[in-house]
Amino acid sequence: MAPRFEPSSASRRGSRLIAAGALGAVAAMLCLSFAAVPLYRLFCARTGYAGTPQLAKAAPASRGNRTLVVRFDTNVGQGLAWDFVPDVSQISLRTGQTATVFFKVTNRTDHEAVARAAYNIAPGVAGGYFDKLKCFCFSEQRLGPHETADMPVVFFLDPALEKDETMKGIEMLTLSYTLFPADRPNAARVQGKASGKPALTKL
Amino acid sequence: METTATAHHDAHAHPTGWRRYMFSTNHKDIGTLYIVFALCAGLIGATFSILMRMELQHPGLQIFPFLAQVLDGATKDTAIDAAKNLYNVVITAHGLIMIFFVVMPALIGGFGNWFVPIMIGAPDMAFPRMNNISFWLLVASFALLVISMFVDGAPGMKGFGGGWVMYPPFSSLIGTPGPSEDFVILSVHLAGASSILGAINFITTIFNMRAPGMTLHKMPLYPWAMLVTAFMLLLALPVLAGAITMLLCDRNFGTAFFDPNHGGDPLLYQHLFWFFGHPEVYIMIIPAFGIISQIISTFSKKPIFGYLGMVYAMVAIGAVGFVVWAHHMFTVGLSLDTQRYFVFATMVIAVPTGVKVFSWIATMWGGSISFKTPMLFATGFIVLFTIGGVTGVVLANAGVDRSLHETYYVIAHFHYVMGVAAVFGIFAAFYYWFPKMSGYLLNDKLGKIQFWLMFVGVNVTFFPQHFLGLAGMPRRYIDYPNAYAMWNDVSSIGSYISAVGVFVFLYAVYDAFAKKRVAGDNPWGEGATTLEWSLSSPPPFHTYETLPRIVGADH
Repeated sequence: MAPRFEPSSASRRGSRLIAAGALGAVAAMLCLSFAAVPLYRLFCARTGYAGTPQLAKAAPASRGNRTLVVRFDTNVGQGLAWDFVPDVSQISLRTGQTATVFFKVTNRTDHEAVARAAYNIAPGVAGGYFDKLKCFCFSEQRLGPHETADMPVVFFLDPALEKDETMKGIEMLTLSYTLFPADRPNAARVQGKASGKPALTKL
Repeated sequence: METTATAHHDAHAHPTGWRRYMFSTNHKDIGTLYIVFALCAGLIGATFSILMRMELQHPGLQIFPFLAQVLDGATKDTAIDAAKNLYNVVITAHGLIMIFFVVMPALIGGFGNWFVPIMIGAPDMAFPRMNNISFWLLVASFALLVISMFVDGAPGMKGFGGGWVMYPPFSSLIGTPGPSEDFVILSVHLAGASSILGAINFITTIFNMRAPGMTLHKMPLYPWAMLVTAFMLLLALPVLAGAITMLLCDRNFGTAFFDPNHGGDPLLYQHLFWFFGHPEVYIMIIPAFGIISQIISTFSKKPIFGYLGMVYAMVAIGAVGFVVWAHHMFTVGLSLDTQRYFVFATMVIAVPTGVKVFSWIATMWGGSISFKTPMLFATGFIVLFTIGGVTGVVLANAGVDRSLHETYYVIAHFHYVMGVAAVFGIFAAFYYWFPKMSGYLLNDKLGKIQFWLMFVGVNVTFFPQHFLGLAGMPRRYIDYPNAYAMWNDVSSIGSYISAVGVFVFLYAVYDAFAKKRVAGDNPWGEGATTLEWSLSSPPPFHTYETLPRIVGADH
């Protein structure tokens, strides 16, 4: 047969190196696509992006000057026969002032159920200035048959919002909750990861 | 190619019969396999589009209730609901087939395998066995997609009808409890693996196996286009694999990536999908850019205008293509600043694209143009691509997109810019390189008849869809109000004209093999300067036993 082209060993080593590099890029992109989940959560928790409320350890020392209206919105997800209403539908709140609002939840069924709240602030830009000190949404809520409970959220509006240009025209914020059943089969594993990191439970 | 020349190797080097193709490690044979595969899949995908146009030709239901009774075993009572589902299954399959099993295999696997090694003076691809598995993975992938159409999907229905984008929650267990979506996911996994292996092969071949003297800046534009495409495949496809793996886990293993009940977010899927999806549209069109550049230069008998500008325009389109994905998602509630950024970044892509279109025209300007069939398809490509590009700039505006999102305007836009444009690229390449691949000439008159049938056909099909979209007709529905009847009728007639063109094409190929008009080494004359025209037609089984040495400055 005719002589065949055979690549030199140096060229073959070069090919393997390039292929290994390309494979590395593939692996990196695959890992990045999964890393997008925790990285985006971290990003939202840090910046309040897309209406993610902030976590605060202590109330602010000084009060601000602006007064805004905070509205409360409650929803119940599919598969959960609970009533879920705020004690007041809205409050007026001065920046830097701490407020406590209770939500009344009633389990309408004959069996115990566990629920967990997802939450968000609208408009999205306000998330970074909405600071929660305590919230029922940080942990799972368990209610016995026909049990009723009052669930509190303690929060304040960061006076820093007065210096933000994008907050200028915003007079009203909405804190929205949706209760989801947390006791689906194989939900335990998913929940287990999220519990203990309150601010990170909602994208 | 790692073994030495043993007796076994001799037999392996000149295999015959089915072994020649099944076990092939030869880039030309694998290229031929890809092209034949793309042709078969293309006929299926085109049949689906004709079925859709037959259904949409008049208001009311036409053929799908009947098809649902034949294919899905629906009864007379359930035929209407089954027809609605089947229509959506068919649009899903049409999209996936045309993208993963027609345009990509033809432009990347087919002509890429055939001509990238030849044009850079390499004896074969860097990893010939990996090349083989790239092809056969695609066949398995196609089989999975076909199976998905016949297993349970949405409750009481067969097949997955959520579109090629596969957004949850419809693609999660809520919308599609049956296994059809799992088959689609695994099919796309395999197609992705196939393309990633192919991309690694192209990158290694182009970086490491160019002939002496073939510097990157002397490389013809088609191998350059393939290099850019391979890098985009390498970076985009793993993200798609990640997204659909999450979907698969949500469906089968109790995770909640896209399930808000447990802290997930369905929008995450859209972000990941379009991070792949937008580069993917450039992956489909950039190889065609390269082919069109070769053809325009050959038939204008001039070197391409602004070679370096053409190269770096492709690189720029490839790079910017990765940072514009959310312009597919203007209606999901992005913040205003995010929308502003994506509008701007999207508009930026018009600049390198304009560089390419003007350079093609400048290449033709003052050239001695001969309008053979490949050149007709190449100029047709420029016209179609530019029309689609202009509507792309319209859709890039977030405000305008509010009203045009998910309408037929979008359908018209992307079919112009990467559907029929890519198909015209495929036909241009086929008419250009068929004499080299087979050794026979195609009948130029038949080719021209096909071109005019298809050019008129696709314009009559898709141009009226702009009007339908502006009038508010939404995509993905089997039926529409009477107000949209006229342009739908026109559009359907256009698709039948294109279908006639396809039959002319099939006859032209049959005619070439039947008449056996010998092509000679270079049927296109002095304008064809790239290395493939210095070989015999068809080229020997093993090309470049002594490597060519490139000295001139011509591209």
